[in-house]
Amino acid sequence: MASGTKIEQQAKSATKEKFLPRKLIAPALIFSIALTQVPFLVTIYFSLMEWNLLKPQEKAFAGIDNYIYVFKTGDLLPAIIATVGLTAFSVVCSLLVGLFFAVLLDRKFRGQSIARTLIITPFLIMPAASALIWKFSMFDTNIGIINFVVQKLGFSAIGWSTQYPYISVIILLTWQYAPFMMLILLSGLQSQSREVLEAASVDRAGVLRTFAFITLPHLRQYIEIAILLGTIMLLQAFDPIAIMTKGTGGTKTLAYLLYERAFVGMNVGQAAAYGVVTVILTIIVATISLRSLFKVFISGVSK
Amino acid sequence: MKSTKATLITGATWIIAVTYFFPVAWMFINSFKTENDAASLTPKFIFTPTLEGFSRLADRGMVDYLTNSLMASVISTALVLLLAIPAAYALSVRPIVKVQDALFFFISTRFMPAAASILPLFIIFKNLRVLDNIFALSLVYAAMNLPIAIWMMRSFLSEVPHEVIEASRIDGANFETELWSVVLPIVLPGIAAVALICFIFSWNEYFFSVLLTSANAKTTPPFLASFVDGRGQFLAVLSAASTVAALPVILAGWFAQKQLVRGLAMGAVK
Amino acid sequence: MNNKVKALIAIVVVAIAGVVVVQQQSGGDVTLTLATVNNGQMKDMESLKSEFEADNPGIKVNFQVMEEGDLRSAVTSDVANKAGQYDIVTIGAYEVPQWGANGWLTDLTSDLADDAYDVGDILPPVKDALSVDGMQYAVPFYGESSILMYNKEILDAKGVKLSNNPTWNEVAAAAKKVNSANTAGICLRGKPGWGDLFAPLTTVVQTFGGTWYDMNWDAKVNAPEFVQAVTFYKDLLASAGQKDPVSYSFNECLTALKTGKVAMWYDASVAASMLEADDSPVKGKMGYAHAPVAKTKEAGWLWSWNLAVPANTQNKEAAVKFIKWATSKEYHNLVGTKLGWSLVPPGARTSTYSIPEYKEAAAAYAPITLEVMSAVNPKQPGVNPQPWVGIQYVAIPEFQDVGNQVAQLVADAIAGRITVKEALDKGQVIAQAAGDAQK
Repeated sequence: MASGTKIEQQAKSATKEKFLPRKLIAPALIFSIALTQVPFLVTIYFSLMEWNLLKPQEKAFAGIDNYIYVFKTGDLLPAIIATVGLTAFSVVCSLLVGLFFAVLLDRKFRGQSIARTLIITPFLIMPAASALIWKFSMFDTNIGIINFVVQKLGFSAIGWSTQYPYISVIILLTWQYAPFMMLILLSGLQSQSREVLEAASVDRAGVLRTFAFITLPHLRQYIEIAILLGTIMLLQAFDPIAIMTKGTGGTKTLAYLLYERAFVGMNVGQAAAYGVVTVILTIIVATISLRSLFKVFISGVSK
Repeated sequence: MKSTKATLITGATWIIAVTYFFPVAWMFINSFKTENDAASLTPKFIFTPTLEGFSRLADRGMVDYLTNSLMASVISTALVLLLAIPAAYALSVRPIVKVQDALFFFISTRFMPAAASILPLFIIFKNLRVLDNIFALSLVYAAMNLPIAIWMMRSFLSEVPHEVIEASRIDGANFETELWSVVLPIVLPGIAAVALICFIFSWNEYFFSVLLTSANAKTTPPFLASFVDGRGQFLAVLSAASTVAALPVILAGWFAQKQLVRGLAMGAVK
Repeated sequence: MNNKVKALIAIVVVAIAGVVVVQQQSGGDVTLTLATVNNGQMKDMESLKSEFEADNPGIKVNFQVMEEGDLRSAVTSDVANKAGQYDIVTIGAYEVPQWGANGWLTDLTSDLADDAYDVGDILPPVKDALSVDGMQYAVPFYGESSILMYNKEILDAKGVKLSNNPTWNEVAAAAKKVNSANTAGICLRGKPGWGDLFAPLTTVVQTFGGTWYDMNWDAKVNAPEFVQAVTFYKDLLASAGQKDPVSYSFNECLTALKTGKVAMWYDASVAASMLEADDSPVKGKMGYAHAPVAKTKEAGWLWSWNLAVPANTQNKEAAVKFIKWATSKEYHNLVGTKLGWSLVPPGARTSTYSIPEYKEAAAAYAPITLEVMSAVNPKQPGVNPQPWVGIQYVAIPEFQDVGNQVAQLVADAIAGRITVKEALDKGQVIAQAAGDAQK
């Protein structure tokens, strides 16, 4: 350094500048690869093995047998349908409920922060605990509060998990994730320019019209980020299914199916094959949805 | 007239908020009941409170599990921030070639179902002799949260006005000063929001903890589920355990919600 | 490179290095890690472990209590991969013979041979279910069969009487008679799972003359007897059962019975001790009978939670010492004197049923439990011979998977989304694939 001229230094810093981004991203990249891609390679290897944990003596190379099993049993398509359906309904419901809450809370009123605090809490509770609490103290036909109210109103008790497994799961997931949507949308509402809204009210635009033509377009990006983050979280939803419906009534999602293959079937090979197929499927779907539907996340990058 | 309407809306908001919160409140109330009271046909609001459930938690050593959870959550969140901030910065403020692919890679790893990668991880952990190690578990949590963190952070960092950065460069600030003293203070609420979300996810993580830990490093969620009794009622004690386990995140969430709203607002504004 | 960046990297390195630090155990003492479930008897064992530790200085026992499903996945992954995290595991009667045959468990036959332990005192059907070729791989901590329980007050009010050995037709008629808008006639498990729905349902199938597999490992899931039994179960639930069967297993039925929302219940014999507990609203109002039958003489199931020592533990000697202590006659005495006689683990030792204090404390249900547990035959529970030992399960590794999947199909049938025949035709294909693997 001591002998470096100013020009040399500048050249050096230009090179440094060029490689800096790579240097910055490298630790995260290496870390991610080590902790997610190495296990994934192991998963691919296992998917080519015949290996039931409970039958160690029959462990052997199986070629693509496990993949044949995945497509032959016919569990895959219903699971994809269940996953897409439950995720889509839950995301939409929690988005709508979240929007409703956000609008309610975007006003100044007494105890506003306490009301917001109450609504946000379900998102903070551990999912498995939520599912158990709901199963016993809300949905149960004898001791559940919902059925207590239903019966007080003169109707007969509802067998939630038996009659409405699909709806039960959506109700629970919506309860858990609507607060998260509310947070994102509330931040969107609060970033709205007050002048525009005041101008609208001076113009005597109705509340609904203002909402539809000014607020909603403003919220578009927030809605997109809410949908995207919500989808990522809800795709992995597991507890309501494991605790309430056990995959009956069309609720056997990929996450639950995979769990069953791995920890009920104890079949490492089959579980791995399901895993690999799931990852390929999600990458295809993610490619399409992320690159076309959610331009917002890419657009900022190309500037 | 207008104030009547406002009062009505406020009243409705309160009724809705309280109803929505009710299952949590009920969990809290049930945690002070005996098992028979918790399983009564007519919901019992008046009963003789008992601390039996809580004393059972203490007997089982809940403090150890909470400590493990705290360590795993704090270590993994710190690690995520350390890795995500520079990476997100590189992806947003200083665009690089093929940036979309890098970003996409981070996101797609988050779509993998946990059940698929758990047994391979178990076997890798076993061979590295790090089963039942809280640090190893923290690394897994960090990897789990890293994509979302980078991603949210990247959108926060893109919000930093270009003029600010240009100005600091003209002033001769080198890259590190630029990141530490110019950019980070602006996005601090965003970082707080990301940290909180990572913390919540790590705190509530269940699957990995069941399999990768046993006697020393087990975290709270599997401990909580262990009160599920195959042969006997458990609603009251489970409620007590859930209440205690939820308190730290609820407090963190309550205190940080303003930050959270501000932080998330940064993310989506273009 | 700037100092701050260096500091960042240093912190990352330290965090990763922390991983490499393997926790050291304090020298000298042996700490046994015991994986178990949260059942009442296990909780009692945990509260009494200090007695063992006092008698055996240098041995500490660390209880790892887990939810049942978590226990299965964690312990199976650990033992199958020889990770050696647990010195003592709690496993069901279903796992013991399979794990024993895999060489995963310590053979305890010679360790249990001393007179003081008196291995011959273990209930014969329970012991049969835990042995492979005469070698014993686990000791039963507690055992159960299934019985019919009924609220005498509700039945008397409708003038219904039940014999000590009722048939399913009698029970169904009684259930329909006492069924009302407010009180269901009978509670039967409907929660999908091989250990939930299919525990009672398999016993119904067997007494109706059906079976999962014949002697050639050909699946019989859509055979007429199996279909008839499932249809009977479904119809009984529909006409006189509890609402929301898919949510219901042991605990939910227990609550329903205690709160008077159902009149009868067919489930694990251990339930009787909870219905007769001091804080139970139905204490003293209950009647008990053998599991209902159709074509067989007995139809009760047989289950035990057992303690076993994985073959690769470092602390074999201490572990064996502990499991012998926890299943000994002295332990039963200890539970009786310290915690109360009605809490003595039932269904493991014949001698339990001749302890005067226990006979008195458990007078309502001890005789029938012993009667049923001695009468069931895990070698041939059904009408025809079967190629495995076990009643409400098939002792092959694939069964928990097959049982779960068929249970989900049957639950869909109970909910009316598909017919019983459709469900069992699908189930037959799943079961046959597993059967073919045994041939």
